[in-house]
Amino acid sequence: MMNGPAPETLLSLRGLTKTFGTFKANDSVDLEIRPGEIHALLGENGAGKSTLVKMLYGALQPDAGTIVWRGEEVTVPNPAHARHLGIGMVFQHFSLFEALTVAENIAVALPGDIPLRKIAADLERVSKEYGLPLKANARVYDLSVGERQRIEIVRCLLQQPDLIIMDEPTSVLTPQEVDQLFKVLRQLSSEGKAILYISHKLEEVRALCERATILRHGKRVGDCVPNAETAASIARMMVGADIHEVRPARHDVDRSNPLLSLKGVTMDARDTFGTALKDVSLDLYAGEIAGIAGIAGNGQTELFDVISGERLAGRPEQVMLLGRPIGHADISQRRAMGAVFISEERLGHATVPTLTLSENVILTRYRVNSGLKSGPFLNRGKAKSLLETITATLDVRKSAPDPAAQALSGGNLQKFIIGREVLEDPRVIVVNQPTWGVDAGSAARIRQALIDLAESGAAVLVISQDLDELFEFTDRLAAIAEGRLSEFEPVAKTNRNAIGLKMSGIFAGDEEAAQ
Amino acid sequence: MRIELIKRGTPSATLRYLSPIIGLTLAVITGAIMFAIMGKDPAVALYVYFVEPLTEAWSVHELLIKAAPLILMGAGLSVCYLSNNWNIGAEGQFIVGALAGSIFPVLFTGFDSFIVLPSMVIFAMVGGALYAGIPALLKAKFNTNEILTSLMLVYVAERLLDWLVRGPWRNPGGMNFPESVRFPEFARIPQLMPADGRANWGFIASVIVAIAIWVMLSRTLKGFEVKVIGTSPRAGRFAGFSATNMIFFSFMLAGACAGLAGIIEVAGASGQLRPIISPGYGFTAIIVAFLGRLNPLGAIVAGLVLALTYLGGEAAQISLQISDKATRVFQGALLLYVLACDTLILYRVRFTRTPRATVEAAE
Repeated sequence: MMNGPAPETLLSLRGLTKTFGTFKANDSVDLEIRPGEIHALLGENGAGKSTLVKMLYGALQPDAGTIVWRGEEVTVPNPAHARHLGIGMVFQHFSLFEALTVAENIAVALPGDIPLRKIAADLERVSKEYGLPLKANARVYDLSVGERQRIEIVRCLLQQPDLIIMDEPTSVLTPQEVDQLFKVLRQLSSEGKAILYISHKLEEVRALCERATILRHGKRVGDCVPNAETAASIARMMVGADIHEVRPARHDVDRSNPLLSLKGVTMDARDTFGTALKDVSLDLYAGEIAGIAGIAGNGQTELFDVISGERLAGRPEQVMLLGRPIGHADISQRRAMGAVFISEERLGHATVPTLTLSENVILTRYRVNSGLKSGPFLNRGKAKSLLETITATLDVRKSAPDPAAQALSGGNLQKFIIGREVLEDPRVIVVNQPTWGVDAGSAARIRQALIDLAESGAAVLVISQDLDELFEFTDRLAAIAEGRLSEFEPVAKTNRNAIGLKMSGIFAGDEEAAQ
Repeated sequence: MRIELIKRGTPSATLRYLSPIIGLTLAVITGAIMFAIMGKDPAVALYVYFVEPLTEAWSVHELLIKAAPLILMGAGLSVCYLSNNWNIGAEGQFIVGALAGSIFPVLFTGFDSFIVLPSMVIFAMVGGALYAGIPALLKAKFNTNEILTSLMLVYVAERLLDWLVRGPWRNPGGMNFPESVRFPEFARIPQLMPADGRANWGFIASVIVAIAIWVMLSRTLKGFEVKVIGTSPRAGRFAGFSATNMIFFSFMLAGACAGLAGIIEVAGASGQLRPIISPGYGFTAIIVAFLGRLNPLGAIVAGLVLALTYLGGEAAQISLQISDKATRVFQGALLLYVLACDTLILYRVRFTRTPRATVEAAE
């Protein structure tokens, strides 16, 4: 359009609109990408990024608007057609068969009957060309997350796309792996392949992308050159208001009596593809926020389960809460002692999606709040009044007085969950991925709530994959890798590189792992 | 061409309640077509099936007799299905309950005391619960499929009953007929209004039990636990509820209900054990549970409706010479329509054309 003749523009979307029921996920969105450009698509969760990309990749059909590809108006009925046009996509959640080899995984995704030997050869050629080391015969279950992502990228490259869509590609990578990925992306760009890069990590976008399109509530609210902006100014465009800055707690912590301790906990993986815990020990003290960094699937779920009591430790004294051995106590008993647990999975674990919010209050509080029950009977009125308190204190926005949990957006549901758990001044708070997929405004509110709890004397343990978040508001940091937990270090005395190394499994004085 | 089911954004709440009525209407229409094909006048057949049984007092009494076991087992099975435990073996639990409850009148015929009838009821409920405990135990310990085990135990129970009435429990003075002794009067469930018909207090008991289960489900923590474990097992564990205990709770509750239904049948209407004591009540109760929206109060209504199909089937057999298999066809059609209505209310069907050409083009 504005850029004149067709070759200048690889792709332009004009007035793309998609409505789900009464909700406009995309409202007349325009987007233009030039050949070889790395273009960022920015926006908070629920801003409409995924919907837009799905229409481009043929997974959804637009209700209105046109897609112009290389100067011609096209329709993309399905992903196969998108790949045929030259549009490839690397998904945030990998779609790989764990039990198959790398080459087999790629063969499954390619059309037609190409002999496995030819695929293996092509794969090794492409992976050499772009510095994406991969072994064709390796089994996927042996590979790290970074390596799995390489398979997805190579699989995409083998189809010779002109545009590669990448959905949150760095959310599962260590800082070192991110650098590696950026090199590959820059090389692709220099060869004329365009990249549409979806992310909410603003520093990365500033370092990598030439232009950015920003979505808010399904509409395009602006364009920018990320390098010419600050992270704060981009965030303002995404959120539409200044983000409330969190106030870190920095004060002395009495380290004589830990509120929560793990002593040499070893535990099997939850399932075939989980990670076993190996000799994990930690002490958590009143008034502090301790953080555990790590890439997804390195034992975080198992660690959370053994602390919460969803799985029991080998011996009771391996888990100590307020000085009492609780390794064999169930989750209700631990809650009754003043511990609360905030799990990573909001729907289906922390809440029942189809039950109302007030019923979801009962879910974790029936044992702790005596007002919720009289004899065997439930007191639903009390649950409703607790819900009002939660709504007011954490500013939970909902469409009805007592909607089903699944009707809330990610951020509001997480505020509800945090509010529910902190109602009765807990002594120990264990939280896994507190702000994952949560919009910036709610994330700040959630972190502030955790800081306030620590200041009032509670002990907070945060497990997270988001290094920015951990550096922003924790006091001590450790990393978990392959089920082993590193020593904690004060945040002031460590840095992203050091934590990044630990996240990849290289601990200080650990020669075996370093090899 | 491909057919897809796509989840609707907000399924209509009204339609969800109307679903059983739509299903029933469709089943009646199907029945009419079936009768027409068999060469009977559909209007007459439907009248015989669904109206005639309600026109006379004795026949309404028969309706209550048939409704009682259906309501009891439908209400019990609702708890199983809500908690995601697929108990298909109510028929077997019904039989074993009836056998356990018959120990007193069959083996201690002369023992006349006011405690005999209450003991029979308790024995029956315990027997049904223990028999339902077998598939529960197998599921909890060995993760076996409860649909298969509970179903197979139905056939075991049927053989057991058959063996007992032909062997050790056969009435010595019964001219070699495969029957137990007739239960003495003190071991029979009293009739409601003996002047009008045979209906007994079993129907009242079934309504009371259904209401009690409804209170449990809607008002107590245990009922909340049933719903949570049924819809979201991981959230249930997070809440501190035990899915294993729930397997036993739901199975044994449904088993106790089925056992009670069994003793109501043999100590009520029939008054003795015979090789066959149930026209498939335990299986029909599955339809009752779903037609009643897995709500015990709904099971009361649904139990009466399905009881009517049994009565209508008998009437049609006599006056129109329609095989009693027609009743099973009708009941099956009803379940199918109700489940189909539920699915179509939650999902919408989309026919899509997949251009196959893209695969070749990509090569």
